[in-house]
Amino acid sequence: MSSPSSSPVPTGQPLVETKDLTVDFTGGARPVRAVAGVDLTLGAGELVALLGESGSGKSVTLRALMRLLPERRATTGGSIRVDGRDVAALGRKELARFRGGTVAMIFQEPGLAFDPVYRVGDQIAEAVMRHEGVSRRSGRARALELFERVRIPSAATRLDNYPHEMSGGMRQRAMIALALACRPKVLLADEPTTALDATVQIQILLLLRELQREFGLAVIFVTHDIGVATEVADRIAVMYAGRIVERGDCRDVIRAPAHPYTRGLLFSRADHAFTKGTRLRTIPGSPPDLTALPPGCAFAPRCAEAMPACSAGVPEEIAASETHVARCILLRPGVQSRTDATAAA
Amino acid sequence: MSDPILDPTFDPAARDRGGPAQPLLSVTGLVKHFGGKRSWRGGEAKGAVRAVDGVDFAIAKGETLGVVGESGCGKSTTARLVMQIIKPDAGEIVFDGEAVGSRALDLEAYRREVQMVFQDSYASLNPRLTVEDTIAFGPRVHGVPRREATGRAHDLLAKVGLEPGRFAGRYPHELSGGQRQRINIARALALQPRLVILDEAVSALDKSVEAQVLNLLLDLKAELGLTYMFISHDLNVVRFMADRVMVMYLGKVAEVGPSDVILQQPSHPYTGALLASMPSTDPDNRTLEAPLFGDPPNPIDPPSGCRFHTRCRHTSAICANVPPPLAAVRPSHEVACLMAQPGSGHPLAAPLRENAA
Repeated sequence: MSSPSSSPVPTGQPLVETKDLTVDFTGGARPVRAVAGVDLTLGAGELVALLGESGSGKSVTLRALMRLLPERRATTGGSIRVDGRDVAALGRKELARFRGGTVAMIFQEPGLAFDPVYRVGDQIAEAVMRHEGVSRRSGRARALELFERVRIPSAATRLDNYPHEMSGGMRQRAMIALALACRPKVLLADEPTTALDATVQIQILLLLRELQREFGLAVIFVTHDIGVATEVADRIAVMYAGRIVERGDCRDVIRAPAHPYTRGLLFSRADHAFTKGTRLRTIPGSPPDLTALPPGCAFAPRCAEAMPACSAGVPEEIAASETHVARCILLRPGVQSRTDATAAA
Repeated sequence: MSDPILDPTFDPAARDRGGPAQPLLSVTGLVKHFGGKRSWRGGEAKGAVRAVDGVDFAIAKGETLGVVGESGCGKSTTARLVMQIIKPDAGEIVFDGEAVGSRALDLEAYRREVQMVFQDSYASLNPRLTVEDTIAFGPRVHGVPRREATGRAHDLLAKVGLEPGRFAGRYPHELSGGQRQRINIARALALQPRLVILDEAVSALDKSVEAQVLNLLLDLKAELGLTYMFISHDLNVVRFMADRVMVMYLGKVAEVGPSDVILQQPSHPYTGALLASMPSTDPDNRTLEAPLFGDPPNPIDPPSGCRFHTRCRHTSAICANVPPPLAAVRPSHEVACLMAQPGSGHPLAAPLRENAA
């Protein structure tokens, strides 16, 4: 197996395209803008990792793509096009076909995503029957085929298991089988390995990478773990306070992070950072309160290189390399970082 | 003898009884099985979860022992047994030379010496107590007057990096995860313990906050002369914190030794697999093959012989029959693997040298 270093450039229309996507939650005492303008483009056979901490808006972005947010309490703005269709304009029946048929999702807790009172095989067969109008028998046959594909040992007997009879790793494999049951083009993965043990996590990551290549899936993979993103992603988008602050080729973002937040995350995680007897380099402060964001760059209050201009307005995306952009004014021509200035003096 | 709880100026070092060579905590033959049905004829209970099944270890004064392993390996149960939150079925826990539960060290006195921080920072705090009441609760139970306990809570808040004036009157739901975990640490320190058990204490935190809390733990250890038992599934974090590492698998110790040895040249194949399972941080050098297949087996009916033999790539017939003893491969590095033991009968083990000195 070789690493999927260079995915084919998508020809024609991208599979997923969001423009200025915003999500506001209006149910609470104060409205919260969880996603504040996300532009995301994804072609077939491409895997992008959305990387961010809790509250950065990565899971909400994912749910908006499938219209899973409660419509009365969440207002979605901007445009979402998936496979050439406007997701906001889908009618009820179209939406039901779209979910599972075009876009499927796997969740962090497979134990909660399955119905506990039905056999796992029947749940997969039901999805195939509903979407493709086939018989129960061929639904089961497809379920068996998928169980073998995701490498569940003794697949035929496992189809008759209830979710609680499976271990965590096996449930996540079954979840992947369910997601792939109706041959979707786009797979959304919301922290699919966070609840798993280390030796199981790597198995699931490798399986996802393999299936993604085999079926030519477009995958959006949400994670908070830089290591996990590095293992699977072609491209990485780093989110902070509802915006993508840096995005680009996986190698570029990991090797030469351009945004101070990404740098902080990397420096606090990289192998050499964990040397005994040293102190960890940290990002001061805590993740931002979305109801009271500072003006301009939301990361400025925690940034060691912040300057007055940071509060003037949200920084635009500026190219850091040919395949890599970031929202930081330090990348503007002529702006000198404070640390550089002291080094020069 | 002055009571350390009532006298805030009491020097914790003066509580040292056994001297520096005496381990602060030593545990032998610790066993805990949950549930199962016992026949009227006696004998082993059937269907019991063998969470901890004969664990021995020691923690020296002032060191940090890292404990790693997957879910179901018994690391959290071990912590709860050491803390005496649950009673062991068998085994002895000796704290600084005194058996826990003996007349010299009853449970009340022991719990002043050992405290614990849990993973879920919210569930482990009482939602109806303010931060200062939470921290002062332990000392008050142990007889410190209210005013003094509150004063000590304020000192501790400052020590864990939270301004007492701003935070003392708040409730847990008004705090972020990182702040709540600082409160939990402050509460654990309120009784001036010598051993602090940190059970996945930073695992639920965001990465940027996790690093801050790890630095805080290092500072507190140096300042207060603490000893840590640091349980985590994150090997990077363990490498950073621990002096020695204990690797557990299905209720048994697989390997224990100095952290730089264990995390660089592991002797047990399970430790090697754990290390190889860590996601790569180099996009050009990704993991190509999973080191292990399948999930850890069920601790209700663990495999015979070596418990790892069902997933081990070096397994041989003898592994299914002979449980490997935990034996030293070099000073202070013990491994429970037949391959590491000369003359064990495993094809990859070194032959036994008769004339060995």
